[in-house]
Amino acid sequence: MLVSWLIDNFAGFFDGITGFGIWFLIRVETFLSWLPWWFVLLFILIITWKAKKNIKLSLFFTFLVFFIGAFGLWVHMIQTLAIVLTSVAVSLILGIPSGIIMAYSNKLNNLIRPVLDFMQTMPGLVYLIPAVILFGMGRVPAVFATTIYAVPPVIRLTDLGIRRVSREMVEASFSFGASAWQTLVKVQFPQALPTIMTGVNQTTMMALAMVVFSSMIGARGLGMEVLIAINQMDIARGFEAGISIVFLAIIIDRISQGVADRFRYPE
Amino acid sequence: MAVKIRVKNLTKIFGRNSKGIYKKLSGGMSREQILTETGHTVGVNDVSFEVNEGEIFVIMGLSGSGKSTLIRCLNQLNKVTAGKVIIDGDNIVEYSREEISSFRKNKAAMVFQHFGLFTHRTVIKNVEYGLEIKGIAKEKRNEIAKSILSTVGLEGWKNNYPSELSGGMQQRVGLARALANDPDILLMDEPFGALDPLIRREMQLELLDIQAKLKKTIVFITHDVNEAFKLGDRVAVMKDGKIEQIATPEELLASPANDYIRDFIRDIDRTKVLQAKNVMYFPSALISLKDGPKIAVNEMRKAGISSLFVVDNARKLQGMVTIDDTITAINEGKSLNQILIHDFYSIEPDAYLQDLIPKATASKYPIAVIDDSNRLLGIIARVSVLSSLIQE
Repeated sequence: MLVSWLIDNFAGFFDGITGFGIWFLIRVETFLSWLPWWFVLLFILIITWKAKKNIKLSLFFTFLVFFIGAFGLWVHMIQTLAIVLTSVAVSLILGIPSGIIMAYSNKLNNLIRPVLDFMQTMPGLVYLIPAVILFGMGRVPAVFATTIYAVPPVIRLTDLGIRRVSREMVEASFSFGASAWQTLVKVQFPQALPTIMTGVNQTTMMALAMVVFSSMIGARGLGMEVLIAINQMDIARGFEAGISIVFLAIIIDRISQGVADRFRYPE
Repeated sequence: MAVKIRVKNLTKIFGRNSKGIYKKLSGGMSREQILTETGHTVGVNDVSFEVNEGEIFVIMGLSGSGKSTLIRCLNQLNKVTAGKVIIDGDNIVEYSREEISSFRKNKAAMVFQHFGLFTHRTVIKNVEYGLEIKGIAKEKRNEIAKSILSTVGLEGWKNNYPSELSGGMQQRVGLARALANDPDILLMDEPFGALDPLIRREMQLELLDIQAKLKKTIVFITHDVNEAFKLGDRVAVMKDGKIEQIATPEELLASPANDYIRDFIRDIDRTKVLQAKNVMYFPSALISLKDGPKIAVNEMRKAGISSLFVVDNARKLQGMVTIDDTITAINEGKSLNQILIHDFYSIEPDAYLQDLIPKATASKYPIAVIDDSNRLLGIIARVSVLSSLIQE
């Protein structure tokens, strides 16, 4: 009912978002596909090495990505990445400020927490329905559904991170005449950063988990491959696509964890 | 001595309806009743006191006495429910947000029990924090911070992180951070409570050193009686949100206001707290070199003592004469100069009684208290030192 009301009144709005979304996604995808494959591999090598300082691991990851290419799934990987990265970006832009606001207000917290609980218990599949109704089929609804599914961890962990900052530290900041904003930016946010980065990591993983579902509403990529393979009972094809998703997940997880560790200060 | 901080009828109640509950409190309801009936906590209950400029004012009490709540009212970290806090003539309770911010940036700085250091910033960036908030330029901040760090002896650690420092060093950083703002007032909330006893002692002495140089107005919170007496020019004892007594350490020892305080100070090791200057007295009899042995004997007879200190015109200590030697001198026609003995102990006025005990046990004579130029300030009878070992 809510959805129909939304459609009736805001059709133009949603179309606008769809238009913008597609434009944005195409940009991302084009960029990623424009990158020559060896550049991407080199990039993976360097970034995983920087994240984990382990050359053997980096070579291993690079090899995995090469494998995806070898499966003939390079383009699909790019398509999936475009959706995942866009969803994660939107999740962070929406989620981190929300988490910060929630940390300041117990009332808001009590209001939003159950909503987050609800969102995290609903299977991602469910979000596809309103997504399609509002945006049609394709990449944009995929990003929409993925974002809703993936955003709770980063909101939760941002809220937690900010709340957990040592009370004495916050008091100290105020005792020197800092404003609430200065305290947030100079003390609370840096202190909460390790926890927030864990949230980013979790959100990214959730976004990857939606990949196969996204394909059900027309998003191309590795998910689509898996879907087709299931329909055609083509085990090999399904395995190749599936394992590629797993490779992606492992690599992205390690990279984002490595980035998270970079933000740790000596404790 | 000018009054720096004047607190009048300060009350702080925690809870949703603090103003409403205040009416009940002033209407006569007890603290416990308020807690059980309304769930509100009365942290500070109608407290009044004054802090003089340049003194160390210690607020002492057990956990829950309200002392931490009280000190946070002095810079409005806690919003005051009722009463006035007048600092340099202004009631800070009525300050606007900008005025409070300015007050915190310039007049008062705080040091915390668990240091409150920003673990994500280096030592020097911690010390710079107050200056950063004030908007001082980068190079100037750095300069000031470096100089403050060398005052506390930590200049070599400026690029380390707090977690790499020991507890005592961390608190030094906390102190440096507070001093960097050059505030008139230092608010210290059990700053040495988290340190081990040896380091605590060092820090107490360092604080006294810094205070001798800088003469800040310090409000110091502790639950350690010995610390209170060692550092405080005056001490306020708090219990259940109220102040039981405000007095100098000596006054508290001499005339505790009630049994609670008597109990509190029972555990004091007097010898660690009392100094020579607190127990000395000016000798009832004193002679100078130019007086002869006959006068000496006369003085000793009048005062009923068996030895006498001898000083010159500038009251500088020359030595001591005993009754036996003096009588011999009269018989043999000797002058005082010839019978002067020097096997007594002398001590400076700031020495603690504790250090006098071995001397009192070893010597047969009173102990002389002298200043840097050997002038006699007073004497201490051995019995004063040794009797202090017996707890009351």
